[in-house]
Amino acid sequence: MIKDTIAAIATAMTASGIGIIRISGEEAFVIIDRIYKGKKKEKKLSNEKSHTIHYGYIMDGEEAIDEVLVLLMRGPHSYTGEDTVEIDCHGGVYVMKRILETVIKYGARPAEPGEFTKRAFLNGRLDLSQAEAVIDVIQSKNEYALKSSVSQLKGSVLEKISEIRKEILYHTAFIETALDDPEHISIDGYGEKLQGTVEKLQGAIRRLLESADNGRIIKEGIQTVIVGKPNAGKSSLLNVLAGKERAIVTDIEGTTRDILEENIQINGICLNIIDTAGIRDTEDIVEKIGVDKAKDYAKDADLIIYVVDASRALDENDEQILEMIREKQALILLNKSDLDTVITKELLQKYTEKPMIEISAKQEHGIEKVEHALKEMFFEGKVSFNDEVYITNIRQKTALQNAYDSLEKVIGSIENNMPEDFYSIDLMDAYEALGSITGETIGEDLVNEIFSKFCMGK
Amino acid sequence: MKYSASSVWENKDRYGIAVIGAGHAGCEAALAAARLGVRTIMFTVSVDSIALMPCNPNIGGSSKGHLVKEVDALGGEMGKVIDRTFIQSKMLNKSKGPAVHSLRAQADKARYSTEMRKVLEQQENLDIKQAEVTEILVENGKVTGVKTFSGAIYHCDAVVLCTGTYLKSRCIYGEVSENCGPNGLKAANYLSDCLKELGVQMYRFKTGTPARIDRNSIDFTKMEEQFGDERVVPFSFTTNPEEVQIDQVSCWLTYTNERTHEIIRENLDRSPLFSGMIEGTGPRYCPSIEDKVVKFADKDRHQVFIEPEGLDTNEMYIGGMSSSLPEDVQYEMYRSVPGLEHAKIVRNAYAIEYDCIDARQLYATLEFKKISGLFSGGQFNGSSGYEEAAAQGLVAGINAARKVLGKEQIIIDRSQGYIGVLIDDLVTKESHEPYRMMTSRAEYRLLLRQDNADQRLTEIGYQVGLIDEERYQNLKKKERQIEEQVERLEHTNVGASRPVQEVLEQYGSTPLKNGITLAELIRRPELSYEALEAIDPGRTELSEEVVEQINIRIKYDGYIRRQMKQVEQFKKLETKRIPDAINYDEIGSLRIEAKQKLNQYRPISIGQASRISGVSPADISVLLVYMESYGSKREKDEQS
Repeated sequence: MIKDTIAAIATAMTASGIGIIRISGEEAFVIIDRIYKGKKKEKKLSNEKSHTIHYGYIMDGEEAIDEVLVLLMRGPHSYTGEDTVEIDCHGGVYVMKRILETVIKYGARPAEPGEFTKRAFLNGRLDLSQAEAVIDVIQSKNEYALKSSVSQLKGSVLEKISEIRKEILYHTAFIETALDDPEHISIDGYGEKLQGTVEKLQGAIRRLLESADNGRIIKEGIQTVIVGKPNAGKSSLLNVLAGKERAIVTDIEGTTRDILEENIQINGICLNIIDTAGIRDTEDIVEKIGVDKAKDYAKDADLIIYVVDASRALDENDEQILEMIREKQALILLNKSDLDTVITKELLQKYTEKPMIEISAKQEHGIEKVEHALKEMFFEGKVSFNDEVYITNIRQKTALQNAYDSLEKVIGSIENNMPEDFYSIDLMDAYEALGSITGETIGEDLVNEIFSKFCMGK
Repeated sequence: MKYSASSVWENKDRYGIAVIGAGHAGCEAALAAARLGVRTIMFTVSVDSIALMPCNPNIGGSSKGHLVKEVDALGGEMGKVIDRTFIQSKMLNKSKGPAVHSLRAQADKARYSTEMRKVLEQQENLDIKQAEVTEILVENGKVTGVKTFSGAIYHCDAVVLCTGTYLKSRCIYGEVSENCGPNGLKAANYLSDCLKELGVQMYRFKTGTPARIDRNSIDFTKMEEQFGDERVVPFSFTTNPEEVQIDQVSCWLTYTNERTHEIIRENLDRSPLFSGMIEGTGPRYCPSIEDKVVKFADKDRHQVFIEPEGLDTNEMYIGGMSSSLPEDVQYEMYRSVPGLEHAKIVRNAYAIEYDCIDARQLYATLEFKKISGLFSGGQFNGSSGYEEAAAQGLVAGINAARKVLGKEQIIIDRSQGYIGVLIDDLVTKESHEPYRMMTSRAEYRLLLRQDNADQRLTEIGYQVGLIDEERYQNLKKKERQIEEQVERLEHTNVGASRPVQEVLEQYGSTPLKNGITLAELIRRPELSYEALEAIDPGRTELSEEVVEQINIRIKYDGYIRRQMKQVEQFKKLETKRIPDAINYDEIGSLRIEAKQKLNQYRPISIGQASRISGVSPADISVLLVYMESYGSKREKDEQS
């Protein structure tokens, strides 16, 4: 099997407790040597015995990222059967992420979904009876990763990546056409022209990488969905939480027809809040799409905030929502406490045991209580991120970096006066790396581009 | 069928293999099979058309040259015959990297055919028979023989289909449509139906050829002369380079112009391509001139190459202007090109339509998955080109022979040769047009160079039995020399001495400050092994070929290493064989689309499975895990 070294966060992405980053593969010890610093300067973990624990720091160059315990396990006596290193760090999303990124920077590759389990199985560390279960883990994790990798990408990022890919493909196709048909098309001196283009593309990728660090590429955080009947005050709530006019708020039912999203920080917890169209049976097609989407989002959410219009009686729409949140982590907000209310906590408690808070989004009453409740749910571990989102993000950053490095090699080839056919190899590597972000493979892209853009002879 | 029951007659000669067709695939298949010791009969609709080149008068070219070299390295015939019959030769892309250097030779078509026929006629174990095969006889899913138009039955254990463009072929230009094969030859009209009855899925493809024009009617003063290379490199590794330094003939270059394009545009409604009379799918890489004018309307001219068809003929091939326009438009169109004002057309341009198969019905061995003993190669498999045909014919012939002899089948994989890329693409990927080889299709092309085809494939040819001991030992010697020299150069240091600096200065290379290995110097773009002669006293007499290999190995070391690493990864998946008996429906977690595709194509390895569109990386992981438990379960069952 392929024995390259993989890494991932092995614990849930919550704020509490300890975080574990696991590294597995031939180079696990080499990598930990590069980033570990013990109390005694010269301590090298690769010289240490298997199944021992070591105290020290994870370093990115000169910068200490966290104080950690490192557990060493040499293959075959490890979960995967390969050399394995586990880094126990302080819990906390930021620290875990930084450590994983450092591990990757120093030679590991982000694990594919379910890859640790797969390796464990292929290396004979799991019983055969577990095969079906292993297969299920791989397939379900993959489905999630696939869904999240594309759906979590912001539209503008997708567009940018597509643009870069398009340009890479065009230039590669031109080179390849000339190589295939040298008597029709000449590429002598093409390198100079290409260098400018490649540098421009590198710039674009660098900007994407920078924005990835600021969390602007992927929508990170607890996927929080606000649901409720039309005009219950969902958009008002989002505006208050986000602190600005984001959603359009009117008195007309069904104003939010699409889905609005906002990434906000509450007490250091990152929430990706999605405001949905109000849930009701509707004939309006546009609105209906919004409603269906809302239901979909709610299904995948880490947390649901259910806004109840306390001034109106419960109806079958509320019943639907209560059914929807039964199996989910949810917080119920009784909105419009400033008006005459007909729904009370006591009344609702007959239907559900979820926590409830009375608020007035309009008057901004009770918002602090909401923030406090969210924080508690997080620190008690009731809500957590789906770690696949984070891993996906890191995979995507790695892919961007790989694409950048491949383009760097193209520049190297140009500067070393290598013949043009050497350019296309690295150009296509970059193309492939970027495609892995948007979920596209190479397939026949190059051949198709050659034929559609350039006139071949014969 | 046309014959009555009484006319059925069984031939008593016992053949191991019947090859159907005597084109470039058929010739290689028949020769390989006979040479491997199997009694072989080769059928053709016309013995006079053996190894015919019905389209362009050249062999090789970008990536196709690689194929010819590979065919030769495996013990095939094409390279040897073109080395004896070429009239001009050129190494294309010489200013580019060694991976895309491509040899192309203009052939004397008639002499090529005659020479190949001689080889076939002299081959032991091989009979040639002029007859149209109308039926493949199959019993219990196994080939038992073939039946010809006359009703004669020939029993055999394996059949290699190399029918090229002859199945139900139809030639078209303008309103004229004729049910014949290329060059007016007889079409084979019955075999398609028999194949369909056997459950074979057929496609209809289209291709075309330009007019041939009388040399005496051409004004060459209006064209640019195109010469061959001063020093010709042979195709075959067995050809003595001194024997190919012949007097070469020229080709000529001219251009279409606005007037040409206007004529074409005005008459588009009379083109069968645009009127819908042609239903087959044409190739995008060699579009007809009308296609080019329509698709690339912004181009004000297209190149036209005028190439001789041979030494004993006046016919000139008009490269770049294939067409299916009506005869009168052809005259007008060709005559608008400078130098062709008074052109006399000897043969009209035409498009041709023919039956071929969806090659995904084949294993990479080129045997049909559903019919044991039935193999196929060449244009019939949906490819195009003489070289692509020869490559497949060779592999199909080898495997048919090995099947008859009860030996294991061979597969050339994507990391071993363009032949591997070609066959893998054909049997794995969906295609809507005749498939042409291109260097961009080879992901490991830095390793798959035309110069090292022998190092990649001659070992296999030797194991199979097509390469003799002497040739094999010569290769081993060459490889040893290369290894020793690379090793020596990597470890020989030179200092910043006077003689060294002088050599560097002579080649415009930066002078040394410290010591350096000779290999490091060779890596500099402006230097080479040859350039360092004066400062390298440790060298021995080496052949041109060995020196070339040393230069390439050292200069592109970094890139070559990178690709070798990729190949290592590739091989891991490629060698993971999927058991024949695998039941994809049993694997719960495979996605439905993946199940369908895997059931349909039955890939032989995990590597091949991963290249099927619709099979995701996650499906491959699932498959790996499943296979692991499947294998272990079986072992357990066998133990108990």
